[in-house]
Order: sequence, then C-alpha cells, then structure tokens
Amino acid sequence: MNTPILEMKNITKTFPGVKALSDVSFEVAAGEIHCLVGENGAGKSTLMKVLSGVYPHGDYSGDILFEGKVQKFRGIADSEKAGIAIIYQELALIPEMTVYENILLGHELRKGLGVDWNETVQKANEMLKRVRLNVNPETKVKDLGVGRQQLVEIAKALSKDVKLLILDEPTAALNEDDCDNLLELLRHLKKDGVTSVLISHKLKEVIKIADTVTVLRDGQTICTLDAAKGEVGEQILIKHMVGREINNIYPDRRHGDAGEVVLEVRGWNAYNAKLGRTVLKDVNFKLRKGEIVGFAGLMGSGRTELAKSIFGNPDGYELKGELLVKGKPVRLRSPKDAIKAGIAYATEDRKGNGLILIQDVKQNITLANLAQISQRGVVNKNAEVKAATEYKDALNIKTPSVEQIVVNLSGGNQQKVSVAKWLFVQPDVLFLDEPTRGIDVGAKYEIYGIMNKLVERGMSIVMISSELPEVLGMSDRIYIVSSGRIAGELPAAEATQEKIMQLATN
Amino acid sequence: MTVKDLQKAMRQNIRDYGMYIALIIIMAIFTIATKGIFISSRNIANLLNQTGYIAVLAVGMTLVIIIRHIDLSVGFLSGFLGAIAAVALVNWHFNVWLALLLVLVLGILAGLLTALPVAKLGIPSFVASLAGWLIYRGALLMVTSSTGTIIIPDKIFNAIGNAYIPDIMPAGTTFLHGLHKLTLLIGLLAIVWFIFREIGARKSKQAYNFEVPPADMFVLKLVFMAIVLGLITWVLAGYNGMSWTVVIMIAVVLIFDYIAKQTVLGRHIYAVGGNPEAAELSGISVKKITFMVFGAMGLLTALSGILFASRLQSATPTGGTLFELDCIAAAYIGGVSAAGGVGKITGSLVGALVYMSLMNGMNLMGTDISLQYVIRGAVLAAAVIFDVTTRKVRR
Repeated sequence: MNTPILEMKNITKTFPGVKALSDVSFEVAAGEIHCLVGENGAGKSTLMKVLSGVYPHGDYSGDILFEGKVQKFRGIADSEKAGIAIIYQELALIPEMTVYENILLGHELRKGLGVDWNETVQKANEMLKRVRLNVNPETKVKDLGVGRQQLVEIAKALSKDVKLLILDEPTAALNEDDCDNLLELLRHLKKDGVTSVLISHKLKEVIKIADTVTVLRDGQTICTLDAAKGEVGEQILIKHMVGREINNIYPDRRHGDAGEVVLEVRGWNAYNAKLGRTVLKDVNFKLRKGEIVGFAGLMGSGRTELAKSIFGNPDGYELKGELLVKGKPVRLRSPKDAIKAGIAYATEDRKGNGLILIQDVKQNITLANLAQISQRGVVNKNAEVKAATEYKDALNIKTPSVEQIVVNLSGGNQQKVSVAKWLFVQPDVLFLDEPTRGIDVGAKYEIYGIMNKLVERGMSIVMISSELPEVLGMSDRIYIVSSGRIAGELPAAEATQEKIMQLATN
Repeated sequence: MTVKDLQKAMRQNIRDYGMYIALIIIMAIFTIATKGIFISSRNIANLLNQTGYIAVLAVGMTLVIIIRHIDLSVGFLSGFLGAIAAVALVNWHFNVWLALLLVLVLGILAGLLTALPVAKLGIPSFVASLAGWLIYRGALLMVTSSTGTIIIPDKIFNAIGNAYIPDIMPAGTTFLHGLHKLTLLIGLLAIVWFIFREIGARKSKQAYNFEVPPADMFVLKLVFMAIVLGLITWVLAGYNGMSWTVVIMIAVVLIFDYIAKQTVLGRHIYAVGGNPEAAELSGISVKKITFMVFGAMGLLTALSGILFASRLQSATPTGGTLFELDCIAAAYIGGVSAAGGVGKITGSLVGALVYMSLMNGMNLMGTDISLQYVIRGAVLAAAVIFDVTTRKVRR
C-alpha cells in the first residue's frame, strides 16, 4: 500500500441526542480509488462533512492528517485550499451560466480589475479535455444533461488543483452509459495522480472500480477491504453493511392470479406545450388488482410523465386518450381528483416535490388525507399522532418520534415516510417512482417487503425504476418505455436485463 | 421538577418564547426610562389602540409570507378603503353597517385581484402587489382630491377606533373603585376558559395514552399564564377598560390562530408554504390556497383601513402610507420565515406589539424621530438574526 494521502483518526461527532460518528478511522492511500459504502445513516456523509470543514475543527473530536500534516479546517475554503474537493449528488452549478463561467466560478482568472475571459475559456477547455467532455464551453449548464453536468462539476474541481476528489453518490441520477463514462474517467484521473473517494450505494460499480473499500455501519468503521487481495464481493459487502446476510434481496411473494383490471389507459397522448414537444405517444397499458407492474426504461423516456399525466396531470400537459379506473372512463383534472379516484403517486424526488422537509413526520404522513383525522375541517391532533405512529411502526420508520422534522431522517426513512403518506390515503393503485433511489440495501429490502404486503392485500402497484435487477425481481409484468412510447411488454418470467435494454434503447 | 429541567425546557423553547421575552424586556426598559409612564394603564390602552391596525395587517401578512409571497399593496389599499368608508358615510349617506360591509367585501375582492396574476400566471407577488401599491395610491388621491381630508361624523364608526366597551355597573360604584368591571370579568372568564382548555387538551392526550408533561410543570404553566392574563386585565381595567380596537384585534388573532393551527385549511397553508410542489401532488390546490390567503389579507386590510380611519375620525390623502412595510417588519419580528412554511399568528401579534412599543416608548421619551427609525431598524435586524440562529441550533 502506498503512503496515505489522508488519515482520519478516531473521529467522533455527536449531534444533540445522536452519536453520528463514533471513533471512526478512515485512511486513503495516495493514487487509489477508495470506495466508502454503508447504509443510509451509517455516517458516510457526516464523515465527509467533517473532512471538508462543513463541521469545523473543534466541532468533532479526532485528528485529520492530509499529506502527513494535521489539518484544522474551519470551512470548505480551507479544505479546498489544501486540495480536497467534494462533489455532492445535488450539483453546485449555476444553470443560467455557461460551462466556462461555472468551471472557474469562485476562483476567476483576473486581468486588472476584471476577469480575463480569454484565459478563462482556454483554461476551461483544458479542464474539459481532462474530463473528456466534448461540449462548447459557451453552452449554458442548464442545457446539458445530468451526466454532462457532473463532468463539468469534476472539471471545476480539477481546475482548483485537486489532490483528493470526493464524489458523493455521483451515479445515483445517471443512466448506465453516463455511469460507465464516469467510472472510466475516475480510472483515467487516477493515472494523472488524482486520488478519489467514491461514496456509492451501487455495489456493482463499487466492485468494478474500487482499489479499496471501507464499510461504515452505525457510525463506526466496520472494515477496510482490499480489492487486490480479492476481498471485495457483493455478498460480503452487503453482509458488512447490514450486519447480516441477505440471501435473497427480493423477498418472496405469492403470485396469485391477478384480479380484474383496476386501471387502464388507451391511446394516451400527452403534449407539453411549455417545451413544445410530445412527451407520450399512443400509450396503452393495463393494471390488474393485486399485481406489481414494472415500468422500465432510460431516464427521460417518459415514465414519470406517464405517471403524472394519470395522476391528475399537475404539469398541465395537453392530453388525448382514454383513462379507465375500474372499467369506468374518468377525467382527472388535478391530483386531488386522482386521489379521490383511488390513485396515489409517490414521486421520484422525495426531497424536491415529495415531502415537506421542514415539517414533521406526522404532518407529512397525514397531509394527503387530512379529512381522515378531522371533523368539520378541524384537525384532531391526537388522532393524527396515533395514526402516524401506527404507520411509523408498520413501516419501521426509524425516528425518535413522529414529531421529528423529516429533514433530519436518513434517505431510506424519508422514503418510508413518503410511502406511509400514500398508504394513509388507502389507494387502490399506487405509483412508486424510483422507490429505492439513493437508499441503502437494508431499507430497500424493507420497501420491497412492504410492497409485497400491499399487493397481497389487494392493492395494485406500478413501480417505475431505473434499476433493472429491481424491476426484474419485483414485477409480475414489465412494460418498457422508450421515447414516450410503450416499446414492449414482458411477463416477469420471460424478461431479462438484455431484452429490456434492447427494447428500451431502440 | 428541578431547576435543571426548567432550564432545559427554556432552552428548547427559546425560539417560541424569545419574542415574548424581548417584548417584556423592551417594556421594562421603557417603564424604567419613563419612570413608569409607559406601563400606566392610560398609556398601555393607547399603545394597544395604536397597535390595532398594524397587528391586523401583520396577521394577514404572516399568512402571505408563509405561502412564500408578499403583498406590498396593503398600505395604500388600507388608506383607500378607509377613504371609501368615509365617502360612503359622508357623500353617499350609507348606513354605517352597510358601509362597513361594503368596505370589507371590497377588501376581499382587492385581495383576490392581487392573487389573480400571482396564482393564474405565476407573476411574482412582489411585482403584482407593487402594481397594486401604485394603483391604490392613485385611487386614494383620486377619492380625496376634491375634498382633501374627509371628516367622518358618524359616532358608531368613530367608536371602533376610539371608544371602550361599556361597563356593567354605573360609574361611581365604590366596589373596585376606578376599575373597569366588565374588563375584569372578561379577563376572569378568559383565565377560566384558558385553564379549562388546557385541562381538556391534557385529558384528551391522556385518553390516547400519550405522554403529558409532569403535573407540577403543568400547574406551573397554568399559574404563570393566569398571572400574565390577570396582569394584562388589571392594567387594562385601570383606565377605561378594553377598547373596541383591542376586542377586534384579539378576535382576529384568536380566529386566525385557530384556523392556522387547528384546521385542515391551516395545514394546507403551511404545506403550500413548506413545499408548493409537494402540496400540489398531495391533492392541495396551490391556486386555491393562494386566493384564500390573499383574500384574507384583503379582508384584514379593509379592517385595518376601518380601524385607522375611525381612529383619526377622518380619511386623509396619505392614509396607509408605509403600513405595508410596518406590518412586514412586525411579521418578521414575530418569527415568520421568508423561505416559507414557518410562522405563527400569535407571533405576528407579538411582533406588532414589539414594533409599536418601540414607537410609543420612544415618543414618550421624546426621542428624535430620526433616531427612532434607526432603532426600529436595529430591532428588526436583531429579531431576524435571533430567529435564524436559534433555528440552526434546533436541528
């Protein structure tokens, strides 16, 4: 093993009432790709915030050594100066600015009192070459896809002479091509002498790329595994992450005979007048009572648009076609109508438009069905606590109480709150849009278990997911969506990843 | 219960009580600086009457800010509606109740009108209401252009801003001499009502097997609140008793606080403020909530216009000038957050009281008006800084 570039020793960080990190040690060798894995709430993000100075020196106990020297970062500016850059899942780019402006934002090249734009563009081009991104630097960032934006962000970090690049879940929002591209770039940068730390939930990519893997669990370092010694494998990682072995990640379910059709869409077209483009073309599908139907496809293929157009069309598309709920044609003009008709939709972006982060668990759970716990327009707060607590227990939401503010929960528990919110509506049809994105293996398993229980009780679920193994593992039938059309339908037994990808990409 | 428990409870709730503490400190300072004049019954009655029209506006503004909007038009709208009331009474010879009704309805319509471009077209409320600010300023000048200030002769109308509730016993009775008996009775009833409500809430929680605060803590809270209510009653009863303005102000705060805290509508308002997209996807019509909140703001603006015109017994061409900024300041002092979804109706009342206490106290002390503005600005900044920093602590 090379000399360590970073050593974090005996780091302990407590929040009021919670020990987020307990005596964690983390060592990264110079020039390696080091993966940091662990369930949500294991302390990965906290550890990185300690490292970057978001939690300043003195806020935690323990030592940070970077390039052999003890560091006392008081803020992000200090850690950046030392050569540490962190790229978060939520990108820190200014959408309305051009690529080159973004790359040198915050450390602009000066000429006299102003900015040296020629030099800036040249430097930006250099950095774009390093991340092998072939775009015009004059392009506005908002016009790039997420994958390319990520590369711009990395270019930005590189322009600051970064020695240690930390990527927090960089691939969570990327499609497979962009993922591969990013991983390839990391290998490439490694040759240039850039050390990277990759935080990821996608174990396959961890296995693909890691030189070393450190596993965190419940705020403690569990182990550090060396890929060169063949210590890294999916089962072993899962075992260390959850502290138990999960043999079958998709829990078994009785696949009974599907019942009557509860939701049907015929000749469904949607036109987005704001963007001036057709988002859905002649979509037909059926959903039966008690089945899980998977919607597979690439990001941007129209799956979310399809769900939303059925769920009361909040984005105001121009719709054509027939929507039948339990055999009766209906027009749902707002999410409110859809909820009344027994349809619920848990969004893919739980932080953006799913939950109200500043409100507590109970308020989020009851929001879509306050009528259930109120009389004549007045909310019975005791009934609310009782109901919310029941759902908290049923879904095993880990929170000290239902009065906890949702922003303080881990991703997996936020997702459970989001599911609980829609279960409280008691729908017949539940759309789950990327229900396991960004959440850890243990929480995923629990979500799958909940889904199975629901369909066994007669609910019908539409699962939209970009993770093919999950679609294959959970669905009774799979529709493949591509460019706003249904490109194919496969029964679960006949579906394979290859078949799906073929349909999704054609 | 130990002192430690109490300290802990204080620390945890500093955000909720901070404004009350600030108000008490400000009042204490002015009481000392004016050798007791500030806290005299006469001055407190005067202070509350001054606060009325700003507090009523601050209640509405708090709701508007909670749903992430702002309404700059309320100042001149309030002046304009006050002038309409005057014109209706003087020129059109309306019955006073009809005039009041007319103005309140016009207020609601004006609020809905401001909401129209905001809700339907997504125009920023800052711009939409700035247009309203200009329009109502012009409208106010138009209404008062021919006559200038309109003197209102109507007794009932003028009573709203100046008169006090009648007493139950004729003046001159020796029993509790010099105190306003009906005010005392109302205060007593309020204390009893408060205690019963708290006990009821506690029982209801126990019926659900929820944890309740220890009995001694609970009793302490009841005693403390009873003393506070008692003191306020005593001070008010020492002069002419409760004014109609105070009655209206308390009614508005109680009604809107109830709506905000206890009803489904209130929940929907906070949800829209907390995350409009999530609210929409939860089956809440953001448009409808926007209309309702601006409509309520309009209603309260009309009420404030009535209170102000009544207090002056006239409508002036400059009526309502800067009310919008005063009530925004009061709302922010009261702890509303510009990020949306956070704020309390009771907070806006306390904010208005803090703001008007400063004005009243400094006037008593004869502080120069220029310095008054500086100090009011500093208090606003301090309040918002306090709010933001304490919010961070309680993560």
